[in-house]
Amino acid sequence: MATLPERAKVVVIGAGIVGNSMVYHLARQGWRDIVLVEKGTLPNPGGSTGHASNFIFLTDHSKEMAAFTLDSANQYRELGVYHECGGIEVARTPERMEELKRRIASSISWGVEGVRLLTPAEVKAMVPFIDETVILGGFYTPGVGVVDSLQAGTLMRQAAMDLGALTVAAGVEVTGIDTQDGRVTRVRTDAGDVEADVVVIACGIWSPRIARMAGASIPLQPAVHQMIDIGPVPRFATAKSEVDYPIVRDMDTNMYERQHGNGFEIGSYAHRAILMEADDIPSIQASALSPTMLPFTQEDFDPQLEDALELFPEIVGDESVGVKLAINGLLSLTPDGNPIIGETPEVKGLWSVAAIWIKEAPGIARTIAEWMTHGTPEIDPHGSDVARFYDHHRTRQHIEARTTEGYNKTYGIVHPMEQWASNRPIRLSPAYDRHVELGATFFEAAGWERPFWYGTNEALLGEYGDRVMPREAEWESRWWSPIINAEHLAMRDRAGLVDLSAFAIFDISGPGACAALERLCVNRVDVAPGRTVYTPLLNPAGGILADLTIMRLRHDLFRVVTGGGLGMRDRKIFADAMPADGSAQLHDVTNAFTTFGLWGPRVRDILGAASDGAADISHGGFPFLSSKAVDIDGVRTLASRISYVGELGWEIYVPIEQGLRVWDALWRAGQPHGLVPVGIGVYATTARLEKGYRAHGAELELDFDLVEAGMARPTLKDADFVGRAAYEQQRAGSPAAVLCTLTVDDPTSSSGVARYMLGREPILDLEGRRIVDAKGRGSYVTSAGSGPSVGKHLLMAYLPTQHAKAGEKLLVEYFGERYPVTVAVTGATPLFDPDNSRIRS
Amino acid sequence: MSGPVVVFVEHGAGEADRVSLETLAFARGLATGLGGVPVEALLIGGDATASGLAPTLGFHGVATAHVVDDPAIAGAYAPAAWGASLAGLASSRGAVAVLAPGSDRGAEVLAHAAARLGMPLAANVTSVTPGDPWRLTRQRWAGSLLEDATLVAPISLLSVAAHAVAVDERAGSPAAGVTSFAPQVAPADLIVRVSGHEAPARGEVSLSDAKVVVGGGRGVGSAAAFSELEELADLLGGAVGVSRVVTSNGWRPHTQQVGQTGQRIAPDLYIACGISGAIQHIVGCKAAKRILAINTDPESPIMSVADYAVIGDLHAVVPAISAEIRRRHG
Amino acid sequence: MNVLVCVKRVPQTGGRIVLTADGQAIDTKFLGFTVSPHEECGVEEAVRIVEAHGGSSTVLTLGPAAAEDQLRDAMALGIDRAVLLETDGSEWDPVSTAAAIAEAVRAQEAAHGVFDLIVVGNESADSGGFQVGIRVAVALGRPVVTGLKGIELWDGRATARREAPGGGWETYELPLPAVVGVKEGINLPRYPSVPGRLRAKKKEVERIVVGAASGGPAAAAGVPVGPSMVVLRLPEEEASEAEVIGRGPDAAPAVVDLLMRIGVLDT
Repeated sequence: MATLPERAKVVVIGAGIVGNSMVYHLARQGWRDIVLVEKGTLPNPGGSTGHASNFIFLTDHSKEMAAFTLDSANQYRELGVYHECGGIEVARTPERMEELKRRIASSISWGVEGVRLLTPAEVKAMVPFIDETVILGGFYTPGVGVVDSLQAGTLMRQAAMDLGALTVAAGVEVTGIDTQDGRVTRVRTDAGDVEADVVVIACGIWSPRIARMAGASIPLQPAVHQMIDIGPVPRFATAKSEVDYPIVRDMDTNMYERQHGNGFEIGSYAHRAILMEADDIPSIQASALSPTMLPFTQEDFDPQLEDALELFPEIVGDESVGVKLAINGLLSLTPDGNPIIGETPEVKGLWSVAAIWIKEAPGIARTIAEWMTHGTPEIDPHGSDVARFYDHHRTRQHIEARTTEGYNKTYGIVHPMEQWASNRPIRLSPAYDRHVELGATFFEAAGWERPFWYGTNEALLGEYGDRVMPREAEWESRWWSPIINAEHLAMRDRAGLVDLSAFAIFDISGPGACAALERLCVNRVDVAPGRTVYTPLLNPAGGILADLTIMRLRHDLFRVVTGGGLGMRDRKIFADAMPADGSAQLHDVTNAFTTFGLWGPRVRDILGAASDGAADISHGGFPFLSSKAVDIDGVRTLASRISYVGELGWEIYVPIEQGLRVWDALWRAGQPHGLVPVGIGVYATTARLEKGYRAHGAELELDFDLVEAGMARPTLKDADFVGRAAYEQQRAGSPAAVLCTLTVDDPTSSSGVARYMLGREPILDLEGRRIVDAKGRGSYVTSAGSGPSVGKHLLMAYLPTQHAKAGEKLLVEYFGERYPVTVAVTGATPLFDPDNSRIRS
Repeated sequence: MSGPVVVFVEHGAGEADRVSLETLAFARGLATGLGGVPVEALLIGGDATASGLAPTLGFHGVATAHVVDDPAIAGAYAPAAWGASLAGLASSRGAVAVLAPGSDRGAEVLAHAAARLGMPLAANVTSVTPGDPWRLTRQRWAGSLLEDATLVAPISLLSVAAHAVAVDERAGSPAAGVTSFAPQVAPADLIVRVSGHEAPARGEVSLSDAKVVVGGGRGVGSAAAFSELEELADLLGGAVGVSRVVTSNGWRPHTQQVGQTGQRIAPDLYIACGISGAIQHIVGCKAAKRILAINTDPESPIMSVADYAVIGDLHAVVPAISAEIRRRHG
Repeated sequence: MNVLVCVKRVPQTGGRIVLTADGQAIDTKFLGFTVSPHEECGVEEAVRIVEAHGGSSTVLTLGPAAAEDQLRDAMALGIDRAVLLETDGSEWDPVSTAAAIAEAVRAQEAAHGVFDLIVVGNESADSGGFQVGIRVAVALGRPVVTGLKGIELWDGRATARREAPGGGWETYELPLPAVVGVKEGINLPRYPSVPGRLRAKKKEVERIVVGAASGGPAAAAGVPVGPSMVVLRLPEEEASEAEVIGRGPDAAPAVVDLLMRIGVLDT
C-alpha cells in the first residue's frame, strides 16, 4: 500500500482519464504537492475509462462541448496517443440527412476542419464492409480518432511526476473528507489522512458518493451503455493498426461500430436507460470484470444486433465471427446532459470534475486547472458549472427522470428549443393558473414553467397578417408559434404583461455590501438608493462572466436580479464575494418574489389604473433605471423602471404569495388598453433582438470582452473591480471582432421555402469561406429570431472589424445552403427605435 | 459396534499417492470420532501386495487392506468395475462410511459406488463430524467457497478434498492385515477401461509432482515468450503452469492450466509470473508451500497470497534469475 | 448422431465471492450467469460432433426459469434444441438432479429417439458434486467415463482420452450410446456469432416443470438424497503481505538466494 504524505496542496481523487488530466494540468500550472489517490490499481483502476470505446467525434452543437473536445483531441495528439482514423455519421432517414447538414454547420462554427457530406457510394469507398443501400449518406470528419486513454493517463501522471509535482497513491480508498467553516481541510483514507487546501473529485460514477462525504452534492447518475466486441473478422486479419477504417456512427439506431484490431466493436445508446445507484456499484474485489463492467443484459441488445446486422452484413452476419466480449459498461449521466465541473457551491476548495467522457477530459482538466489557478479558464465552462443546479435538480426523482429521458438523446436529433417532458411541472408562478386559462405553451427554465406564448392570442394573427412572419419549414416551426410575433406587435402597439418568475434574486445587505459589490461589478453600484444599475461581471482576464441588474434599495441593501438559468451559479459568484468579516451578507430571495413585466406604449395608464395613485409614475417622477414601491390592489410591490424589450414599462416585484392578486389587478386594469399576455418568446428573443440587447450564454461569454460586445461605457468608475486591468487594456486596444446585428436578405431556399436560422450557424464571406478573427475565433450566429417590427429575420454575430461594417454583405450556412445577409448595425445600436425614445417616454 | 470406514486408496509404482494418504489421515480422524471403528482400505491392483505396499498402510491407520488382484478388474483402470468393487466391499464389510481421495479417479470411483449403493455422496469434504445427522464441510467453487452441510444416509460416502488434511504417518504402528477381495463385477462394468496409454513426453515433469512450478499468466504476453519461463523451470527441475487466459489464447496446452478448471498443485514453490491472481487461479495454486510473485503491479491480487514478490517486468526479471542460477552453477 | 449436452446455470464469479446475508447463496446482484467452463466445452463438443457426423444436438438444464438464458447461449453456438427442467430456483442435490435428468432423458428419447451420446461437464462450477453424469449413466445403464479431454467417434463407438495420473494420457473405448464427462481443454469453444444469437432468440425452449424443491423423483422413490446445504461461508483468508525482495532484474541474486534457502535449488 502506498504511503501518503501528511499534507498536500491538492488531493485529486480518482486516476481515470479525468484525474490524470487534472494532475497533469495542475502541475503545468505550477501546482506542487499534488497527491493523486486511487482506490484501484494502475493503469486501469476499474472505472469507466477502462472500458471506454475511446473514440473522439469532434462535432457537437454545443460550443462549450465542442471546445472541450477539440482541445482534448489536440492534447491527445501532442501526447502521441491519438490515432486519427476519421469518422462517419450515417443517415438512414431524410430527417437525419438534414441533421447531418446541421452538423456540418456546427462544425464550421466551432472550427472542426475538413468536414463534408458523403453519398452512400462515398461512404462505401471508405468503409467497404458497409451496406450502403441502407443509408442515405454520411457526414465525414477526417479528424475523428481513437485515443489510448490509459496510456494517455500514464503519460500525464509521469509528466506531473517529472515536474516533481505529484505523488501517486494507488490502492488507497478515500473514507472521508473533512471540512471546517465550509472549507475542505482533509482527506481521510484507509492509508492515513492527508491535509489539503483543495480536493478534486475526479471519481466518475463514484463522484456523488465522494462529494457526499464532504456534504456536497453532484447530481450524477451512473447508467449502462451496452457494448459488444466481435471477431476475429477475416477482413481485419491483416489490419495494420487498431483502427484502419473510419468509425461509423449509425445515428438513427443510436449505435456506433468500429474496427478494433481484428475485431469489430458495436456500442449502443438505443436500449432503455438502465440506471444504477452509486451505492449499488460493486467493489473492485467483488466485481467479475471491473466495477463499471456489469453483466451484459442480452435482451436489451437484441434489437441492436438486428440493426448492426443490417448495416454491416459482411461482418456482423459472418457465422465465423463470434461475440468475444459483451458488457454493460457504466458511464455518467446528468440531468441536463452536461458535465459537472467547478468548485462545489457547498464547500470551498472542493472541486467536482465529473460526468466527463474521454473526448472531453483533457480539455476540461485544462479549463479547471486554469480556473483553479487564476480564475480565468480560456473555455467558458458555464454550461457545465456544478453551481448551476437548483435544489430540485439534485433530487433523485429529477435526476432519474431526466437522465432516463436524456439517454436516448445521445445520438438524437435534438432541436435547440427542445423541451424536457419528464418531471414537470416543478416551479409554478402564482399566476400559473391564469396562464393555463390563457392557453399558454410552457417552456421550462430553471424548473419554472414559463409561458412562451398564449393560445388566446391566436386572435391577433388575423390582426397582423403576414407581419407575424409565418414559417413554412417544419424545423423552425417546431417549438415556435407565429403567435409569438403577434404578441410582439401587440406589445409594441399597446401593452404586454410578461411573467418573469424565473429570475433569481439575491439581497446583499450590510455595511460592507456596497464595497463588496463595487469590487465585483464593472459599473458603479454606489448610486443613490432607488437607482437601478445594469452591469456586467468580468473574470480577471476581462472575459464576460455575467450581466445583471442591481437595485440599490437602501444605503446598505442591494437587490441583485439575474437570469434563472444560471441563477445558482451567479449566486455562488456573489456569495464568494462576500467579505470574510461578515460585513455583508447574501440572502437568496428568489422564492420570495415573483416578477411581472409590464411594457408597451400604454402601460403608464395601466399601472396608473391598477395602483392607488400614491406613487408618482410619470416619466419625471419615475425615471428610467429607478425603482420605488407601488401599491397595487392593496399589495406593496417594488416597481423597477427598466426594459429588456425596448418599451416603456416596469418590472414589478411582488411577494410571491400575493402575486396572483397583482397579476389579476394589472390584467383588469389593462383590458381597456388592449393589454395582451406576452410570452417569453417575445421577451427573450424577438423584442430583445430588435433592440440589440445581449444575452448571457449567447453574446456574452468569457471568450468575448465588453469592447467587442459594444458594452464598454465612455467612462470608467474609480473603484477597482475584478477584471479591471484587462478591461483597461481592452479599452485601449482595438477589438478583434465587434458584435453586429444582421438581417437576412432573402430567406428563400433553393426549393423555394423560406428558412429561418435559429442560432449558432456559421457566418461566411461571399466566397463561402469561414470568417475567423485575429484571435482565431470563427464568426457564428450568437442569437437569431424574428424581428416583426422591422420585418426581417435578425441575427447577431461577432464579426472581425473588416466585416463589421453596416451594409456588409455576407452569407450564413443553414441546412446545407447559404443565405445572403447584411450587417444592419454594428455595436450596440438598436435596429428598432435606435434613439430609445420609447423606453424614455 | 458399527462397521469400518472403508477407504479407496490409489496407488502406483508401489506407493500410495499423496491424496490417498491424506484421505487415510482423514479416515483415521473420522474413525476415532465414530468411537474407534477400524479403517479398512481397498487397493485394486496385484502389485499392492507384491510391492509390500498394503501392510505399510498400517502406518496410516489402516487395520485391514483389501486387495483386488483379479487381473480382469485390476489389470486396467475401469471406473465402473472399480466403483462396483468399492460398493461391494462397503456392503460386505457393513461399512459406516466410504471415503475416496478427491482426485480424478477417486471421485469417479466413489460416484460409481454411490450410484450402485443408492447412497448420496459428498464431494471434496474438508471436515466431518459423525452424528445424527452427519455434519460436514465441503468445498465449492474448487475451494473458494465452503459449504456446511448435513448428510443422512445408511452409509456416508465422502471424497476428501486434496490438501485438506496432512498425511499422518505413524511409524511403528502395526502393519495392516492384508486380505484378498474378489468383488462381484458385472461384465457391463468392465466395458469401459483404460485401453491405451501414451507416456508423458520425455523429461517432462508432471505439474502435480513438480517441486517447483513456474506459472505464467496474461503478462507473459505471447506463446513465444514462454520460453523464458521454460528455461527457468528447466533450471529448477520444475514444470510450467499457466492461468486460464493463457490456454484460452492458445499460448499453451490446457494440460498446463492451474486453477479451478485445471490442475490443483501443491509444489514447494510456485513462481507466479505476470499472473494477476484471479480467484479461479488462486484455488489451484494456494496449496503451494510458498509463492513468489513477479509482477509489475504491487497492488495486484496475487500479492495478497504471495509470500515473496519481485516488482518488475517478468521479461526482464525471469531471464535475470535464470542467468544468475547459471552463473552460480558455473 | 444425436447428442445431448447437460449444463447448469451458475453465477459468473470473478473477484471475491460475496454471499447473501443469510449465507444461503452467492449474492448475484452484480453478477451475470454462465455455465461452467467444462460445460462450455461440452456444448462445443456436441456442436462439433453434429457438424462432423450429422444428426441433432439438444441442450438440457435443470434450473430456474432464467436458465433459459444459458440454453439460448448454447443454441446461439449451434445447438438445435433446448429442454428446461424448470425448478423454483432452489438448490437440488446431486441424487435428485440425476434422477430428474435420467427421467427427462427417457422421455426425450421416447419422443425423439435415443441420444447416442450424453455429454456432461466433469463437475459443476458451483456445487462441484462430481457425480451427476455417472449417476445418470448408471440409471440409464450406459457406459460412462469422465475427465475427458478428447473424444473421437467412429462406427458406433467412441474413443475417449484423458490425462493419466502421473502424466501422459490414457484412452478408453465406449460403445454407444454412452455418457461422457468432459473437461475444459477438450476443445477451444467458439464464440457465438450474431446470426447465431438472433436464431437462438427465436427458437423454442421446451419447458418441463419438475417441482419446487430438491427431492423430486428420487425422494419419491425413497432413495436417500443429499448432502443438504446448511450454510455457505468463505474460507478464512490467510491475509499475507508479500515480502518484496527486489525490483526488476536487479532482484535476481536475492531470488536465487531465496531459492537456495528454501531448498528448491542446490547450493
